[in-house]
Amino acid sequence: MRYLPKSDSERRQMLDAIGVPNIESLFEHLPERVLLGRPLDIPPGKSEYDIVDYFRALGEKNATWPSFLGAGVYRHYRPVMCDVVVSRGEFLTSYTPYQAEMSQGTLTAIFEFQTMICQLTGMDVANASMYDGSTAVPEAALMAMRVTQRDSILISRAVHPEYREVLATSARSRDMKTGEFGYGTESGVSDLEDLASKISDQTAAVIIQTPNFFGCVENVKAAAEIAHRHGALLVVVFAEAVSLGLLEPPRDADIVCGELQSFAISPSFGGPFAGVLAAKEKYLRQMPGRLVGETKDSRGNRAFCLTLSTREQHIRREKATSNICTNQALIALMATVFMTVYGKEGLRELAGQNLAKAHYLGAALPRRFSSPYFNEVVVRNTDPAAANRALAGRKIIGGLELGRFYPELSDCLLLCATEMSKKADIDQVVEVLR
Amino acid sequence: MIRKVRNHLNPEEGLVFEISSPGKKAYQLPDLDVPAVDPAQALGPANVRREIEHFPEISEVETIRHFTRLSAQNYAIDFGCYPLGSCTMKYNPRVNELVARTEGLAWAHPYQPEALAQGCLEVIDVLERYLCEVTGMDAVSLQPAAGAHGEWTGIMLVRALHESRGNPRKKILVPDSAHGTNPATAAMCGYDVESIKSNDRGLIDLEAVARAANEDVAAMMITNPNTLGIFEENIDKAAAILHEKGAMVYMDGANMNALVGISRPGDFGVDVMHLNLHKTFSTPHGGGGPGAGPVAVRSHLEPFLPIPRVKRNGAALAFDYDRPQSIGKVRAFYGNFGVLVRALAYTLAHGGPGLRNATMDAILNANYVRTRLQDYYDMPYDSPSMHECVFSDDRQSAKGVKTGDIAKRLIDYGFHPYTVSFPLIVHGALMIEPTETEPKQELDLLADALIDIAREIDDDPNLVKTAPHGTRVSRVDEVTAARKPILRWRP
Repeated sequence: MRYLPKSDSERRQMLDAIGVPNIESLFEHLPERVLLGRPLDIPPGKSEYDIVDYFRALGEKNATWPSFLGAGVYRHYRPVMCDVVVSRGEFLTSYTPYQAEMSQGTLTAIFEFQTMICQLTGMDVANASMYDGSTAVPEAALMAMRVTQRDSILISRAVHPEYREVLATSARSRDMKTGEFGYGTESGVSDLEDLASKISDQTAAVIIQTPNFFGCVENVKAAAEIAHRHGALLVVVFAEAVSLGLLEPPRDADIVCGELQSFAISPSFGGPFAGVLAAKEKYLRQMPGRLVGETKDSRGNRAFCLTLSTREQHIRREKATSNICTNQALIALMATVFMTVYGKEGLRELAGQNLAKAHYLGAALPRRFSSPYFNEVVVRNTDPAAANRALAGRKIIGGLELGRFYPELSDCLLLCATEMSKKADIDQVVEVLR
Repeated sequence: MIRKVRNHLNPEEGLVFEISSPGKKAYQLPDLDVPAVDPAQALGPANVRREIEHFPEISEVETIRHFTRLSAQNYAIDFGCYPLGSCTMKYNPRVNELVARTEGLAWAHPYQPEALAQGCLEVIDVLERYLCEVTGMDAVSLQPAAGAHGEWTGIMLVRALHESRGNPRKKILVPDSAHGTNPATAAMCGYDVESIKSNDRGLIDLEAVARAANEDVAAMMITNPNTLGIFEENIDKAAAILHEKGAMVYMDGANMNALVGISRPGDFGVDVMHLNLHKTFSTPHGGGGPGAGPVAVRSHLEPFLPIPRVKRNGAALAFDYDRPQSIGKVRAFYGNFGVLVRALAYTLAHGGPGLRNATMDAILNANYVRTRLQDYYDMPYDSPSMHECVFSDDRQSAKGVKTGDIAKRLIDYGFHPYTVSFPLIVHGALMIEPTETEPKQELDLLADALIDIAREIDDDPNLVKTAPHGTRVSRVDEVTAARKPILRWRP
């Protein structure tokens, strides 16, 4: 088999050195009753050509049409450089950088990543990544509970529904009480009066998302004021990282977490993506996950290493801030290359193009909500399913039928336009939906 | 004598912020084919940021050079053996990278209609079935994003099962040889942790299990082979003791590379387990992720699996969200799908017989390294090794040289260190897992290097204690890093 690098004669030499007649005798001490005793029921190995062909055929069973789906996963152009860098074996096939002398490449890149996330979000410190945006939310909630020594979490209904579901799953096992506050039925942003009526001195964190699930820009400052007045932390979530090229960062938040999929990470049916968690410096010791720090080596050279690991499971075991171990390092590297390629001007220009495309689309259709929006827009439609079917007939994937998550919005579609949405396709969507 | 490496081109490289200068670009956007929009007007002036302060500004050429130079400061499987015990650093086939980038798979949106995503659903369906066959379990969820996430999901399933029987129970038993994620996971799931001492052979002590097992125990988390690389030959008996009290057996699948095709957890009493696809199924570690940590269960835990499940609906595959006993969602969408594609490609390449052969070679390699080193390093638990072997630094520490020093010296010989000081039940552990994808020549180089180092410790211990000598940085000051954390660049 081509992944096994030994000849039979080499195996024989090794067995002779060990002093056993065959490999089976190396595990003959296993009790008979635990042995499988038959071949695995999986077909024999395939050639590289067969494998490439198999997955090509599977890919062809999926539609690769222009798409107006967003809702947490965005179609953005992926600069060639991103795949070039992450395909280098030195990054791709390296381990977690515990051994600093052999890992300065990965460590330096993560340090750059942490810095860029701070610059983007307006926070002081950022960790080396979380699994994704959805799992970053309960980590942020648990962190806020450790900081405040309180047990209640209030989350806006305008936060991504699946992120809220993941939070709810986490809450099942912990002394965490979760509650929701609503969104304005006209504005499409979190209803801060509802928040003010529900917040208490047991609230550890208030969680909002901006742009929120409806694409609308939230009032972070006002939410922060309410949270802080009650001694709670404000957690701000983002799902569309490109928006940070243009939007004022959530500087009034205490913790910012989110999803970097927009930064060169292909939609890939929902993963792997990369989550981030960033915070004000004073909460550093309660952060989950890996952190890279700058230091010096024994010769006085600048060097980087994993640090503050006394927060982590391999040192602290059951007292760790989280059980997270493997994260999304390579994906974070891909995002780092993306941020480097676009840079200060490019990210702003990219965000501007997204804004323009979405507003070209939104301006032509009956908008459901009145608040400012970035690259997603909720539009009214009497029969969203039929509209999507009509679009599919033109080989276009339409929007998300919002009734799936919000019964009260069953006459609405969530549409997304990015720099990859061509005017001709947008015009077709408008023609079908208007 | 160091045979594997020599000093070579060793690039210095600053941070991307230090090579930035205003106005440089590495991008060009297409011409905008719709009217431009004034951000202040569309978003409100207060919502528009002035600039991203100090964000990078470099050219395309500098970008490729920057990251290539950084890459040259890494060790990697592509350079050579990475003998980290319990980490299973095996070769990452490149065809897996290619197929994961297949357009129809890589650009599939998780919310595109099921009828337009049948290829993705088939990947999930087929891989779930193969993993059931490998583990001997009844159902698999591919959603957890990594091993620790799989552990968390698995223990949440245990919790849900006990809750459905009226009592979530209070604690999780964990052997003292366990990975750190096990107790951390138990705590995250709201359970107390009780550590169970291993016996003098490094194995589960059935009497200790019997003493601890009662109606407060939700589950015991067991790694098999354990972190000493030894098969827990009484695991089915331990399972029977636990089952008697209504407790579940969780298996940490980190060491599954020793079992595939030979022995199945579902056949020796395990109720729930996770797999690390980035270990056993060869998906790349990528410097610390992404991984995937599928969780496999016996049928009594199946109703609690995360939503959605994939089911067959006539000729087509579909997602099933209508599962009232499910613990809910553990992650948005359906898991690290791109990692699943790679793991399936690996499984297809080996096929059933090949997977077993891989296991056999993994066991052969570990035992070969053990044989070559056993005259030079102490082995406190000398039960037969499966896929890894664990030595102690007892002989070397008598000369003032510890496992961490030997690890650093190994770097000078051109190898990544083994796992240092783990498991905790071995004093000064050297934990070595070569994996099946190491050629004999590389194993000999590794063994020669460790034997040379053992001799160096006799002749010149200081040489080892101050290693590495041939790297661009040496003995990084981790104490200062933690005491005065600098976690980001500032101008």
